[in-house]
Amino acid sequence: MRYYVKKIISLIMVLFLIMLLTFIAFQVIPGDGAVTRLGVDATPEAIEALRESLGLNRSLPARFFSFLGGAVRGDFGMSYHYSKPVGELLAARLPATIGLAALAILLIVAVSVPLGLLCSRREKGVIDRTITMVTQTLMAVPAFFLGIIITLIFGRILRWFSPGGYVSPGEDFFGYLSYMLFPAISVAIPKIAMTVKFLKTSVLRELKLDYVRTARSKGNTERAILWGHVLKNALIPVITFMGMVVADVLAGSIVVEQVFNLPGVGRLLITAISNRDYPVVEAVVVYIASVVLIVNFIVDLLYQKVDPRVRIE
Amino acid sequence: MKKHGKILLALLLILGISVFAGGCGKDEDSSDGQKTEGTDGDTVTDNPVAGGEIIVGITQDLDSLDPHKAHAAGTLEVIFNLFDGLVKPDKDGNLVPAVASDVAISEDGMTYTFTLREGVTFHNGAPVTAEDVVYSLKRSAGLLETVDPEVIVTSALSCISDITASKDASGKDIIVLSLSSANTELLGYLTSAIIPKDYNNQANSPVGTGPFKFISYTPLQSFVMERYVDYYGTAPYLDKVTFKIYADTNTAFLELQGGGIDIFPYLTSEQAKQLTDNYNIENGTANLVQALFLNQAKKPFDDVRVRQALCYAIDRQQILDMVADGKGTIIGSNMFAGFAKYFNKDVVNMYSHDTAKAKELLADAGYPDGFEMTITVPSNYQFHVDTAQVIVEQLKEVGITAKIELVEWGSWLENTYRGRQYETTVVGLDANLAPSDVLKRYRSTASSNFVGYANDEFDRIFELAVAETDDAKKVEYYKQLQEILAQDAASVYIQDPASYVAVSKKLSGYTFYPLYVQDMSKIYFVK
Repeated sequence: MRYYVKKIISLIMVLFLIMLLTFIAFQVIPGDGAVTRLGVDATPEAIEALRESLGLNRSLPARFFSFLGGAVRGDFGMSYHYSKPVGELLAARLPATIGLAALAILLIVAVSVPLGLLCSRREKGVIDRTITMVTQTLMAVPAFFLGIIITLIFGRILRWFSPGGYVSPGEDFFGYLSYMLFPAISVAIPKIAMTVKFLKTSVLRELKLDYVRTARSKGNTERAILWGHVLKNALIPVITFMGMVVADVLAGSIVVEQVFNLPGVGRLLITAISNRDYPVVEAVVVYIASVVLIVNFIVDLLYQKVDPRVRIE
Repeated sequence: MKKHGKILLALLLILGISVFAGGCGKDEDSSDGQKTEGTDGDTVTDNPVAGGEIIVGITQDLDSLDPHKAHAAGTLEVIFNLFDGLVKPDKDGNLVPAVASDVAISEDGMTYTFTLREGVTFHNGAPVTAEDVVYSLKRSAGLLETVDPEVIVTSALSCISDITASKDASGKDIIVLSLSSANTELLGYLTSAIIPKDYNNQANSPVGTGPFKFISYTPLQSFVMERYVDYYGTAPYLDKVTFKIYADTNTAFLELQGGGIDIFPYLTSEQAKQLTDNYNIENGTANLVQALFLNQAKKPFDDVRVRQALCYAIDRQQILDMVADGKGTIIGSNMFAGFAKYFNKDVVNMYSHDTAKAKELLADAGYPDGFEMTITVPSNYQFHVDTAQVIVEQLKEVGITAKIELVEWGSWLENTYRGRQYETTVVGLDANLAPSDVLKRYRSTASSNFVGYANDEFDRIFELAVAETDDAKKVEYYKQLQEILAQDAASVYIQDPASYVAVSKKLSGYTFYPLYVQDMSKIYFVK
């Protein structure tokens, strides 16, 4: 129990620090919400009036703590740019980001676990060499570049999907899936490559250990050893890695959303930064930070499931 | 193993690049035959079909749907379709009656009388009353008792002292504007939207009197509008128009090539060349004054000889050739070419490209070996960045070493524009449909005078021009003002850039305005 209390307290501390840092960063960069919204033709009086009404003229601590107070109650205030509640804006963005993340994670697990095991069973064979070579390459290709190539080949030349399209899942679920598939593939490919390599190394290391020899001498088949004994142990480092992947993907594959024109959280963040829309930026940053922290927390819990040695009483 | 990976990556990259290059090359060959010059929006040449739905690609998200709160040009060009003012602009820049059926300006320029058009209704079905008009005008002039701080008060309307509604001799509703100082150009600002009195939800569900009515808006996704069946003017052809919001022109361009967009107004000249088959490329002017603006509060730009030397050193035709494929209109002062009535053609070639003369002037000013300068450019405008790069090369020839500093738009607005912390900057400025609006920033007292220009003669003539009631004289004054700016080399005026619009071949009727608007009411499907 004490362990969880400690975890939660540190979670809150980290979130607070992140919010503070974002707030300070926003004070350092030039420009503010009023100036960017009113643009070139604005009179100084108009800017002053809008600043006053947005509350930008209050002192720094007053602004930070009023925002913090709202955030604790789950209210991130009104967007400077859209004059809409930030929560509403964020909620409208989530289906695209979560869908993209879920589909990408599904692809990563479904493809990389069998491939990783295959590689380790046929170590140094033709299949292993080929897969290793391909993964080495794909690992080095950034997702946004893959996104551009995929759009070009499947969107423009083969016309399998229309680039830049999106429908909300409520409107047409299968249409939504079809628009999500290709972005998810471009997010997944580099991560699949990494996971395969990770899993393979981990399995090979386990296979050299004494308990495997014991299992073999008891007459277990290779398959039974691999699935029944080795995989569970080999997964421990992979889970850590998957935790990072999930956090990375859920936090908005910002650039990929931009490439495929998906109305996700990442695009909201980019637009909000250039608009100096502080409440939106802060809310998105809090969202991303929370996702990373919570996923890490879940990874900790999973460890204990897989490995009794780290179990905490 | 690692080595193999690298080779494969290299191969993949080469493959990728050649696919790109191949794609471009192929398209380029067949593009020239597809171009058409801008079509005349008013003359319907082919068989128009009523009805239909289209998708228009835009790249800027909207800021506010309330017409008096919206500021971004990208918003105004969209909601132009929802709202009408007392008057509205036509494609030649003339102001034609809209919600008002008739306008009378008193000879002294002190009183404007508008007759309310009969039978105009709002999108919610309610008829437009004189009270609605008075309310709308007072709101945008900042004359309401409770002022909403988000409403952008049009400073040009500050000369209005009172707005009243009454009836004329024949019983028609009239609206009278009384001014505190004479102004004969106010009409250009009375395009300001007429909205229902005391309706509080403009920002989320806008209601106007325009040819289209609002259906929905999803930030970063789309803006949808439908034909307003009870529109008082010429009814639009299309049933429904969806403005789809893209992250940038490249993403939109990809979808354009896939056929997912019917109209896309922000093509670059490169993209225009690549488009084939399904689109006509319409060609117009962007109605911007693009210039290398010089901060006269900083040395050496306070010296008129230095500024003139820069004008001589920069070859504007070469800029057009390099960044816009030779398209665009060269300008010589702060006025866009589309505003033909006021555009002073005589100053366009006041400084023809002449490096010898530039060097001479520099030596005169005490800089025989040139100097170093910084060009600040907002990085989100690739067009201005490209222009600055050409300028850097051209300035080398006269011994000036320029370096480009890219800044983000927010910081350009704050530090460069408002803070005036810069030496030179390349940017494009737009304006309202009034000549005074285009030139007002050069008054020595103007808060928007970010170049720090000051000339008493300019200030004096500007006031005369605004107050002048005789049209010919007024035009003469404005041309004189442009000449003063050119003589003083207030900045290096470059061009009014060309604008390219991709329009599906199924459609016709795209119309260019001397303003930044996308008029959907004239678009129609061809048989």
